[in-house]
Amino acid sequence: MNESLHLWLIPLLPFAGFLLNGILGSRMPRRLVTAVGVLLPLASFALVLNAFALTSITAAKSCPSCGPVSAVLLPDVEALAHPWLDLGTLRVDFSFVLDQLSLVMLLVVTGVGFVIHVYSVGYMKGDPGYARYFSFLNLFLFFMTVLVLAGNILLMFVGWEGVGLASYLLIGFWFQKPSAAEAGKKAFIVNRIGDLGFLIGIFLLLGAFGTLSFFPMRVSLAMSPASHGGMLTVICLCLLIGATGKSAQLPLYIWLPDAMEGPTPVSALIHAATMVTAGVYMIARTHFLFDRSDFALATVAIVGAATAIFAATIGLVQNDIKRVLAYSTISQLGYMFLACGVAAYSAAIFHLVTHAFFKALLFLAAGSVIHALGGEQDLRKMGGLRTKLPVTFWTMTVGVLAIAGIFPFAGFFSKDAILCAAFLQGAGGKSLWFVGLVTALLTALYMFRLWYLAFLGEPRTPDAHPHESPLSMRAPLVILALLSICGGWIGIQRFSAYLGPATAANRAMPTATGQLELMLSVAAVCVALLGWLIADWFYRRQPNRPAKLAAALPAGYKLLANKYYVDEIYGAIIVKPLLVTSQYILGWVVDTGILGGIAWLLAGIASLTGMILQRWQSGNLRSYAAWLAAGAAAVLLFLLVPWAQVWPASFDFLWKVVRH
Amino acid sequence: MTFLHHDVPLAWYLLLSAALFSLGVIGFLVKRNLITVFLSIELMLNAVNLSFVAFAYQWHQVRGQIFVFFVMMVAAAEAAVGLAIIIAIFRVRSTLAVDRIDLMKL
Repeated sequence: MNESLHLWLIPLLPFAGFLLNGILGSRMPRRLVTAVGVLLPLASFALVLNAFALTSITAAKSCPSCGPVSAVLLPDVEALAHPWLDLGTLRVDFSFVLDQLSLVMLLVVTGVGFVIHVYSVGYMKGDPGYARYFSFLNLFLFFMTVLVLAGNILLMFVGWEGVGLASYLLIGFWFQKPSAAEAGKKAFIVNRIGDLGFLIGIFLLLGAFGTLSFFPMRVSLAMSPASHGGMLTVICLCLLIGATGKSAQLPLYIWLPDAMEGPTPVSALIHAATMVTAGVYMIARTHFLFDRSDFALATVAIVGAATAIFAATIGLVQNDIKRVLAYSTISQLGYMFLACGVAAYSAAIFHLVTHAFFKALLFLAAGSVIHALGGEQDLRKMGGLRTKLPVTFWTMTVGVLAIAGIFPFAGFFSKDAILCAAFLQGAGGKSLWFVGLVTALLTALYMFRLWYLAFLGEPRTPDAHPHESPLSMRAPLVILALLSICGGWIGIQRFSAYLGPATAANRAMPTATGQLELMLSVAAVCVALLGWLIADWFYRRQPNRPAKLAAALPAGYKLLANKYYVDEIYGAIIVKPLLVTSQYILGWVVDTGILGGIAWLLAGIASLTGMILQRWQSGNLRSYAAWLAAGAAAVLLFLLVPWAQVWPASFDFLWKVVRH
Repeated sequence: MTFLHHDVPLAWYLLLSAALFSLGVIGFLVKRNLITVFLSIELMLNAVNLSFVAFAYQWHQVRGQIFVFFVMMVAAAEAAVGLAIIIAIFRVRSTLAVDRIDLMKL
């Protein structure tokens, strides 16, 4: 009855690409590298589309009257027959699970991933590490699809760590640049902190449920409807720590702005569209745990809302085009966490999808600008690019409208769904909604600021001669722009109905009346338009006003420009003490003092013994012979003594022998 | 038929063998000339051969005699190699005094 969807091929194809390009890439012609690097992800995408088609047919025809249909029912499980880990009572299968949630996520990952691969062909053209770049990008897709398809939390953790590795490799892709190498390390280390929380969460889950697979956990929770809070809260908070690390939320968001040192398509794929949303995906995947803990959900919501507004304010004053986008990514991820926190998982995933479209688009457009200007990333040196880069300009405009939440672009629908879900959650929800609304204003403000500074007005560096990007870069821009326009038209109702079996919250969800929903939507759009107006006023009509405002509020401006001094604070209270402890206590006292002392002592004993024993090694043949004879005599004596008790008695024995 | 007379007890042969062996050891330790040292080694080997043969006769076993053949063979080979080494050393160092051949020192 079930046709195989070949789920295992979805991660394996990019992995083959990684191996091919990683091992042979430097010896293959560039066209072949491109073909391997782009076509294998495309094949993966095709498999995902095939899975989507097959399962959708079932969904459409699974009425009682039309009988069984020869297609696949969700969730579809594929597992290796042999267990992955078989440790006494713990048995972990190497299993992939395809349900509505992982299918939507896979469509985004492989679809947007493929488009960005195509873009990379143009962007990375001529880079000496071309093959290395594509092999890493394919490696990322491999781990990301493993993360998404994983049927148990341990396999998910493997993918989770793997995407962290790929992220590290790609942030530090231009490792000759010290800042890029540093940024890679920073991302890796900050993520380790979150991963520790995730790991502890996994151990606690194992202790609580005795299994690591999602489905049995869900079943056993469903069998005990009363269990609530307690250990579940602790587990959820541990998982949340993991999610804040990967998804760049407070307090672990600091690595993401620095991650912009990587190539721009990497920022688009890993640090905007897919990997950083893994935390949101993980919460949605384990939502049956979060549903049982009000405290954990509230924490998720507060973390999300705080991150959203916090990052948005920083984004207002950044001058690096990619950093503006990075802070906007953090802020948008905050929205998704906010949605998870009010148990509106479908809304979170909906925003994840639309965000993947428009944020990938914004990054790729920014990459096109940077490409056109020969590596220039400073917004203050851009301007007037509208006529020079028409395709980039129009697609970027779509992206800006989408992220600002202007009707009818994609961001409007998903952001509206989140704000609406928050508004309906009582008094606390109303304040979350208000924070979200202010963030929407700030989002529109900083995005239109970027738009005005980069594309409108007069060129601020007249000697630059920008040129439009090649077709391989323009085509992805257009595709993503189309998706950003119409990606939201599915509508949250249909979307959450589709995701329902996988993510429907196990609790009563308030529903909005049509009138209230309309009012909330109008409020959101008005706020976005207000943000646009302010940006228009500041950056088009009175371009010297921002500087005046900064001069009028020097303390506030300095605080924002220095990103609230978070890096400095972390440096002072965590990094510095750690370094001092490592250098003086661990380095001098423990390493040099105790461990070194023991080593020196042992070496001293050995060399002293050697000095004494080397006197035997005189080189004198007769002395060797004498020791040999003495040794032989000693052995002889030793053999005779136990027999004859004392050695004069051995003469007795000899005498007996003689007398015989 | 027998070379070893029945009345001569085994112990006497062993005592002779021990005496010869001790002479060999003393010669090896005391003498300075490399060739004399070498002769002492041969003496020790033959002392051992004597005890082997005596035991073999006493217990009517042929193994001891086979051992003796092996020892003689090894001794012959050793004599050939050893003398070659001695000649080589003499060519290089113009001396056969054991105390001065101490290149094995660290």
